[in-house]
Amino acid sequence: MRWLLRKDLLILRRSRLTVALLVVYPVAIALLIGLALSRGPTKPRVAIVNETTPGASVQVGGRSVDVSEYASQLFNQVEAVPSATRAQAIAKIQSGDVLAAVVIPHDIAARLSSDISQAHLEVLYNGDALEQSLVQSSLNSALAQANLGFSEQIQQAAAQAIGLLLKGGNLGVLGAPPNLIGLSQIPPLLRGVIARQPPGPDRAALQRTLAFATFAAQNLTLSKTVLSTISQPIAVHSTLLHGRRTPLNTFAVVVAVSVSLMFVCVLLAAGGVALEREEHALARLLRGLISREGLLAEKALLAAACSFLLAFAMLAGIGAFVSLDWSRVPLWLAALFLGALSFGALGVSIGVLAREVRAASLLAFLLSLPLAFLALVPSGSVAGGLYDAISAVSFIFPFKASLQALDAAVNQASPGLSISLAHLLGLTALFGALARAGLRRLD
Amino acid sequence: MRYGEREALAGVSFDAAAGELVAVVGPNGAGKTTLLSILAGIQRPTAGSVSRAPSEVGWVPQQPALYSKLSVAENLALFARLEHVSDPRGAVERMLEQTGLRERAAEQIGRLSGGNRQRVNVAIGLLSRPPVLALDEPSTALDPGQRERLWSFIRGLAAEGTSVVFSTHDVGEVQRYASRALVLADGRLLFDGSPASFLAEAERAAGDSIVDFEDAFVSFLRRRGHQ
Repeated sequence: MRWLLRKDLLILRRSRLTVALLVVYPVAIALLIGLALSRGPTKPRVAIVNETTPGASVQVGGRSVDVSEYASQLFNQVEAVPSATRAQAIAKIQSGDVLAAVVIPHDIAARLSSDISQAHLEVLYNGDALEQSLVQSSLNSALAQANLGFSEQIQQAAAQAIGLLLKGGNLGVLGAPPNLIGLSQIPPLLRGVIARQPPGPDRAALQRTLAFATFAAQNLTLSKTVLSTISQPIAVHSTLLHGRRTPLNTFAVVVAVSVSLMFVCVLLAAGGVALEREEHALARLLRGLISREGLLAEKALLAAACSFLLAFAMLAGIGAFVSLDWSRVPLWLAALFLGALSFGALGVSIGVLAREVRAASLLAFLLSLPLAFLALVPSGSVAGGLYDAISAVSFIFPFKASLQALDAAVNQASPGLSISLAHLLGLTALFGALARAGLRRLD
Repeated sequence: MRYGEREALAGVSFDAAAGELVAVVGPNGAGKTTLLSILAGIQRPTAGSVSRAPSEVGWVPQQPALYSKLSVAENLALFARLEHVSDPRGAVERMLEQTGLRERAAEQIGRLSGGNRQRVNVAIGLLSRPPVLALDEPSTALDPGQRERLWSFIRGLAAEGTSVVFSTHDVGEVQRYASRALVLADGRLLFDGSPASFLAEAERAAGDSIVDFEDAFVSFLRRRGHQ
């Protein structure tokens, strides 16, 4: 096996272009997947046409909320490109300068203040179905955030007005008398007056008024709490059932490294076995020069060793930029080693099916790429039955187990590392046996 | 030898003396490659046996089984080590000398002509100095000059005492180089003897003199119901 290993290393050294492609391509794909996962969509670039007059405001209980607050809220949610007119905004959409435009109409303040009509915004956008979907999802979220922010402003103004009604003072409303009595001050005053009144119809009327004032003050206090509840009716508290909360960027690192590990290992192992057939050397080797098990083990181990080194270098390199727990390095190594071993076994089982290196590489890609994507499908994102089928497929191939092992090693994610390592060992044995059977079939 | 229901080879038995050049000839599907594969230990027969161990038989497959990214010397050294030859360096030197490829020892196989590749292919079969050499259609894809040089080399080996068993489609090679011919068809041995006796038998059966060996071969097979 030693001489065969030396021969393969020599061939690899002389196949610089292949090796470069083998390293650069999976690493590039891995980094792209990692970046796509770690970076959420950036703020959509949106033209904003504010047709409201400066200083236009919504009156709430004698308080005024400037409508420009709404525009500010919207500006925070998108990459805002102010546009003077609707026509300018449309031109920007058509030139591709912005994804969409939001027109805040001039009558929005009047409509917001009105009891009978709802305020409307105008959204303009263009593009194919994919772009339309992107605009809708991005803008819906941005507008919902802006609406929430603006309604909080209104709620605060309403709460302030209620506070003044309760405490009394200057309401600031045009025509309101200064230093008005607060509703909460009325019951103690009335109690004093009632105590001095003789029994009779006047006292009874005053007692009814006291009962109303007490009840009104209590309920108006409660309405401040109700207002804040209406602005955000349900607050969310989340609890993670298993493992540790995993930051998306470290998970992306794990995905990127696992994808590289898989591609390099599977391609090398499959190509290594296929090369023996392409060079017509398999029959010569297997007539007693090396056992079938020895040949498969040599190819799988060489591929595992190369991909292991590459993946560890990648993980360590990315670790310089992303915060990783370096005290867990032995666990990283265990996860990478067994992951590489199982990919090596998968690779040789693909290699025995192909007559030449190119066919083996194509087969390896055709099999590996969808498996990687399937393993990343989150539960709940597809129908239950389909997810079960995806899970079953992912279970019998090493990518998901390898990803889980590395995630457990790097991020302490669940399931535990030992479960994933045992799974990988089982898959190594399974694909090793399949490769052995496939090689026998070639006889 | 059976492949499932199909009987690829049945009742074929022969021995080869030291220095003998035995040609295995027959139409496509006759069982030539199967016979040589069994002889070389690549396939196990479902019945019957080979008196020589695979390690005593040098194997030269039809397609050169060489690594194109390795040089001539590196290929020879690799197989010498895999075959546990006692002196790998000495064996490589000997084969470079014997094949006349010393000048091209450092050249990668991928850059050699078909003829030179086949010479290295044969040389690998001879690394462990086997008493028997099995060659599967060794001259296929060679031009006449390369073929001539290859046969000169193989005849030299036979002259030194190596038993050579080769399969071929070219009946002219049988007439020119073989000391004995085995004619196979549909997995059965139809003739075992010298090329001269084969020609004589074909003439006897035809009742006329046959000058061309190929005509004799075609006529022989046709009379036995093989096209």
